[in-house]
Amino acid sequence: MYSFSFHRPKTLAEAASIQGGLEEPKLLGGGMTLVPTLKQRLARPSDLIDLSQIPELKGIRETAEGLEIGAFARHAEVAASDLVRRTIPALADLAGHIGDRQVRNLGTMGGSIANADPAADYPAAVLALKSTVKTDRREIDGDAFFTGMFETALEPAEIVAAVRYQRPGKAAYAKFRNPASRYAVVGVFVAVFGSEVRVAVTGAAGSVFRATELESALAADFRPEALEGITVQRDDLNADIHASADYRAHLVTVMAKRAVVACG
Amino acid sequence: MANPSGIGASVRRVEDARFLTGRGNYVDDINRPNQTHCILVRSPHAHARILGVDASEALQAPGVIAVFTGADMGADKVGSLPCGWQVHFKDGTPMKEPPHFPIACDRARYVGDIVAAVIAETRDQARDAAELVMVDYEELPAVASSLKALEPNAPIVHDEAPGNVCFDWHIGDAAVVDAAFAGAAHVAKLDLINNRLVPNPMEPRAAVGDYDASSGEHTLYTTSQNPHVIRLLMGAFVLGIPEHKLRVVAPDVGGGFGSKIFHYGEEAIVTWAARKLGRPVKWTSDRSEAFLSDAHGRDHVSHAEMAMDKDGNFLALRVSTIANMGSYLSTFAPSIPTYLYATLLAGQYKTPAIYAEVKAVFTNTAPVDAYRGAGRPEACYLIERMVDVAAGVTGIDRAELRRRNFIPVEAMPYLTPVALQYDSGDFAKNLDIALPMVDYAGFAARKADSARRGKLRGIGLSTYIEACGIAPSNIAGALGARAGLYESAEVRFHPTGSVTVFTGSHSHGQGHETTFAQIVADRFGIPIENVEIVHGDTSKIPFGMGTYGSRSLAVGGSALVKAMDKVERKAKKIAAHMLEAAETDIEVKDGRFTVAGTDKSLGIGDIALQAYIPHNFPLDELEPGLDEQAFYDPKNFTYPNGCHVCEVEIDRDTGVVEIVNFAAVDDFGHVINPMIVEGQVHGGLVQGIGQALYENCVYDEDSGQLITGSYMDYCMPRADNVPSFTVKYHEDQPCTHNPLGVKGCGEAGTIGASAAVINAVVDALSEYGVTHIDMPATPEKVWQILRQGSPAAMAAE
Ligand SMILES: Cc1cc2nc3c(=O)[nH]c(=O)nc-3n(C[C@H](O)[C@H](O)[C@H](O)COP(=O)(O)OP(=O)(O)OC[C@H]3O[C@@H](n4cnc5c(N)ncnc54)[C@H](O)[C@@H]3O)c2cc1C
Repeated sequence: MYSFSFHRPKTLAEAASIQGGLEEPKLLGGGMTLVPTLKQRLARPSDLIDLSQIPELKGIRETAEGLEIGAFARHAEVAASDLVRRTIPALADLAGHIGDRQVRNLGTMGGSIANADPAADYPAAVLALKSTVKTDRREIDGDAFFTGMFETALEPAEIVAAVRYQRPGKAAYAKFRNPASRYAVVGVFVAVFGSEVRVAVTGAAGSVFRATELESALAADFRPEALEGITVQRDDLNADIHASADYRAHLVTVMAKRAVVACG
Repeated sequence: MANPSGIGASVRRVEDARFLTGRGNYVDDINRPNQTHCILVRSPHAHARILGVDASEALQAPGVIAVFTGADMGADKVGSLPCGWQVHFKDGTPMKEPPHFPIACDRARYVGDIVAAVIAETRDQARDAAELVMVDYEELPAVASSLKALEPNAPIVHDEAPGNVCFDWHIGDAAVVDAAFAGAAHVAKLDLINNRLVPNPMEPRAAVGDYDASSGEHTLYTTSQNPHVIRLLMGAFVLGIPEHKLRVVAPDVGGGFGSKIFHYGEEAIVTWAARKLGRPVKWTSDRSEAFLSDAHGRDHVSHAEMAMDKDGNFLALRVSTIANMGSYLSTFAPSIPTYLYATLLAGQYKTPAIYAEVKAVFTNTAPVDAYRGAGRPEACYLIERMVDVAAGVTGIDRAELRRRNFIPVEAMPYLTPVALQYDSGDFAKNLDIALPMVDYAGFAARKADSARRGKLRGIGLSTYIEACGIAPSNIAGALGARAGLYESAEVRFHPTGSVTVFTGSHSHGQGHETTFAQIVADRFGIPIENVEIVHGDTSKIPFGMGTYGSRSLAVGGSALVKAMDKVERKAKKIAAHMLEAAETDIEVKDGRFTVAGTDKSLGIGDIALQAYIPHNFPLDELEPGLDEQAFYDPKNFTYPNGCHVCEVEIDRDTGVVEIVNFAAVDDFGHVINPMIVEGQVHGGLVQGIGQALYENCVYDEDSGQLITGSYMDYCMPRADNVPSFTVKYHEDQPCTHNPLGVKGCGEAGTIGASAAVINAVVDALSEYGVTHIDMPATPEKVWQILRQGSPAAMAAE
């Protein structure tokens, strides 16, 4: 790790303002991605802004449309929350299957979506659950938040404050874990809002995407059999030592079917 | 069992209180006054000429004390890291043994090869400065796979080894084997890869060098399984330090699995630099370095053929193996794919003729050496896969084919065609115990049930035998070992009856502090709290060979018994004197010395006290003291053996293999602590399962970069990947040639498990026409088979 200065602001406004005069500040969430990056000397921020002591970033609240989850909500907290389990159980399930216990106890939702790892789970929820990302300065439509591999609509120094998720009629998340890292090789979030079906896919491509072929098939017939023979057609699917592009494409359909079954 | 902490009791491990409460004393916990820190600059290229190392900027960096290169060590005549075992080509010429300097001089030969050592006041300062060391590399073409290294125009790793061949060795009688094949009714053939693994002990390697100028004494604290071996190799061959001026301490060591047997360059660097600088020097590996630079395991490519008569009796086995040695010969590397592999190719079978040839190959990868099982898992995997293929060829049930070919218990001792003499083992009995444990007979019904749930199901057997407790020094010496393979022990009774044992074995997870104490407690009828086991410090213990190859109990435990025999003989003399009886009239039981036919007796505690207060000893006949030392050189290997059965279910949609049942039956001879043995079996099984389904060390073929350089890509098995194991052992076949009748249990699980898993996977996939799948059987690999469709189903359509 290179040396850096450490800041621990107490309010969102302070966190936003102190970044102003700093050379290369970096926000610190749970540190599950950032700290290993620093330890391997792959990043050299001048300052770390620890977000752990900011009340505005915390908490899980019920809203008229669904839920608002503070950016600093740890994965374990979301997984165990009665409110989340009652309102959007699929989201609690997703959080409960991130990484391992240690990672869930420290990693945060805000850090996860800001990082936009192509294999992360939360991005699938953001896309499937008609969400809105609240930051220190504006609101961003969840559908427009992820812009590419490790890329988001956030401006430099912009802080994710919370995400508002809409409560679906029914929803489920099915994940095929990378056996080594336990990130998603493929994760599929299926959510039903009245006649609209959303199918958000993470892990399979450079960035989370909506599988429109699967959505229209399910909108017409919400049964796993409706997905028989349908494969996502994309030329940007990931391929690595764990899974080829073909295998990932296959898994998208398999996981989508499982999510449909789990929707009940 | 007389003694509640004696032999056969599941005594809780006495060392665990210290480990579980964070009070272990590992090398990284050791800090010497005025200590400096070393960070190594490692080659980012798999193969490159080192044109120059410019340390001028690094030397200006804050806190930097020195930057050393290969040339600096060369100027001090630092030698090459020696290889401890010499293997010969078929024509008798010795293997190619290119030099391996602690810091590379002219060429870097793998990603991670050390090119400079930066020493600074703090670790961070050393790390900062390491980034400033400018190494001028001229990149050279690299080769990572053994098969590619053998191609005609492959890059040459060492000029000394043309064609990248280290040796081309063989064992067995080729002519007899050829004749048997000519008359065979059935021939089964198999090509397989034994995948490369990274050892991954929980504690990464570390070393602290210290030098006392006033006494001229060097001390090396190191994460080693065998401190005396390091003292000998480093002292005599690399740094030229005589034994009486070099102390090597291996304190608590957090796992090794073989990877900490070897003498590594880092040990020599810190020891040498400490004297050069007059200050202690510490190096601790981080996990990324461990992936790159710990000696890896396995990495064989083999072709095998089995000849059978019409009834499936094995007539001959022919094996050809290419073994990847990596970039340099690690300490025991040449022995692994030869004397610890090919000599085990008889397995549990009476195959009358066996011929094996092994070509060892240099590549631009980390050195490859012993890893839990070391050669024997590779042999077991090959044989047990071969037997399943043979069962397919002959149509004979897999359990029945094994039974038909087992060496019968009556044939013991049995000389195999590949040099080993098995002393004991009842292989049919192991199988008889194992099959009901998994309800082998009920498998068809379970398979049908799985099919109803849309899943494939398979069952696989593996019957293993291994050679442990390497071995009589005279045999090992004749086979090329450059060391003896005995073990030492000293048993010191103190005046008040407590005991300190000094053992040449080394514990790095095995629980010797408990097991060895139980043996002493059992013999002398004392509680284990009164026994202390000391190991791992060359200034305290007698010369010992350390712990590897499941040898601690079989060889180290035997040395302990020998030392206890001497103590008892001495104690008998003292008792005879004190009880005024003839020595021949003294009877000994559980530490009580009784005059035969009387109630006159003394306990070992009374005798110990008198031994140190010899007020009326006849000193011409009886020396004071009760402290004896012994060296034990085994008469033969020991041969643990057993039978593993694995049952798997495969998800047709994803190709995921789930182990739904796993049973292991082991014959370890006598068992000292059943709980510790069970723990060793569980850990071993998980490692074998890890190789079969998850673990795989992958280098990029062209660049030689390590792709699986972290846990993000290198998949270690976790608790949720394995079922609850059912394990049993029997003690009906004790080792016939060591005093405890013990065989060793440390590697068995790893040796047997991989084949059982893959046999089960292949069985599940058999309806797809599959006869083999290489490890690891990852979901994608299985899915690629499933997506082709079942030949049977396609024919039916
Ligand atoms: C072993 C392991 C396994 C994992 N497995 C999974 C998995 O299965 N699924 C999964 O989804 N994830 C997984 N993760 C990732 C983990 O769950 C975290 O979500 C992720 O590391 C980022 O969250 P964090 O809170 O730790 O952020 P940090 O590591 O602290 O930060 C990550 C990035 O986000 C930025 N950031 C943090 N908070 C904010 C904010 N509020 N506003 C703007 N920017 C911010 C930081 O500046 C940084 O660039 C795994 C991680 C590890 C180490």
